[in-house]
Amino acid sequence: MDWVKIMSAIFIGVMLVFLWPRAGQMLRESRKGTRDEWLIVVLLLLAVAAFVAFLMHGMHPNTV
Amino acid sequence: MSLQNPTVTDRSESLLATNQLIRNTYLMLSLTLIWSAAMAGVSMWLKLPPMISLIAMFGSMALIWFVLPRTARSGAGLMTVFAITGLMGLGLGPTINYYLHMAGGDQIVMTALGGTGAIFFALSAYALTTRRDFSFMGGFLMVGLIVVLLAMLGNLFFHLPALSMALSAAVILLMSGFILFDTSRMVNGGEDNYLMMTVSLYLNIYNIFVSLLNLLGASRD
Repeated sequence: MDWVKIMSAIFIGVMLVFLWPRAGQMLRESRKGTRDEWLIVVLLLLAVAAFVAFLMHGMHPNTV
Repeated sequence: MSLQNPTVTDRSESLLATNQLIRNTYLMLSLTLIWSAAMAGVSMWLKLPPMISLIAMFGSMALIWFVLPRTARSGAGLMTVFAITGLMGLGLGPTINYYLHMAGGDQIVMTALGGTGAIFFALSAYALTTRRDFSFMGGFLMVGLIVVLLAMLGNLFFHLPALSMALSAAVILLMSGFILFDTSRMVNGGEDNYLMMTVSLYLNIYNIFVSLLNLLGASRD
């Protein structure tokens, strides 16, 4: 295993150690969203996913 | 007798503070993006090795976790934000060089840049104009981030290209969620420091750009 992978693993590990308590705190303190609020988020993220799929399709060698 | 209604005065002062926070954040974000692009250009010109990306990442994360929270409300905070974004730009150089050396690499980089800009502007505009409160997403986004990091850690050992693409897609969706969440925090009073806000939005843009590069590079292959 090369140094870049070892360093990457350490970097991700350190990030997890720092983010874990924050995630727990945010889970406890975040308010619950309503069904309509989550629906809006899902629609927005679906629009982003469709846009990314469109960009990827345009990048495919057969379409360029 | 005073003609001023205290409630109306408080509300207009709060609105003024929010507008100032939004203006300062986007001004600072523009400056840091230009600065970061310049540093990426320097890094590309010097043909720095890929290891620089990791060292820059370690440096910038250390600044974000240990220095920025202590300096965000002082003049030193400005220097810290430029140090963070400069380091991240420097680390981006080898990645952009890698994609530029692929067939059609310039198209991949330009599409990733344009795509990142379009996603950021569309989501920010939606959150700013509707002024919706997306604070309910906080816990979900943090858990999503931890799951993605664990999967990335696993993929360092298994090298599955399909998982790498799925993770890039997941990061783009997560960061899109964070753009809504962070912009809503700025508009609805969850955060009042423009330097902290700038770094949050910068990280969202940075991660979308890198993940989009990975996805577009993979589709080109």
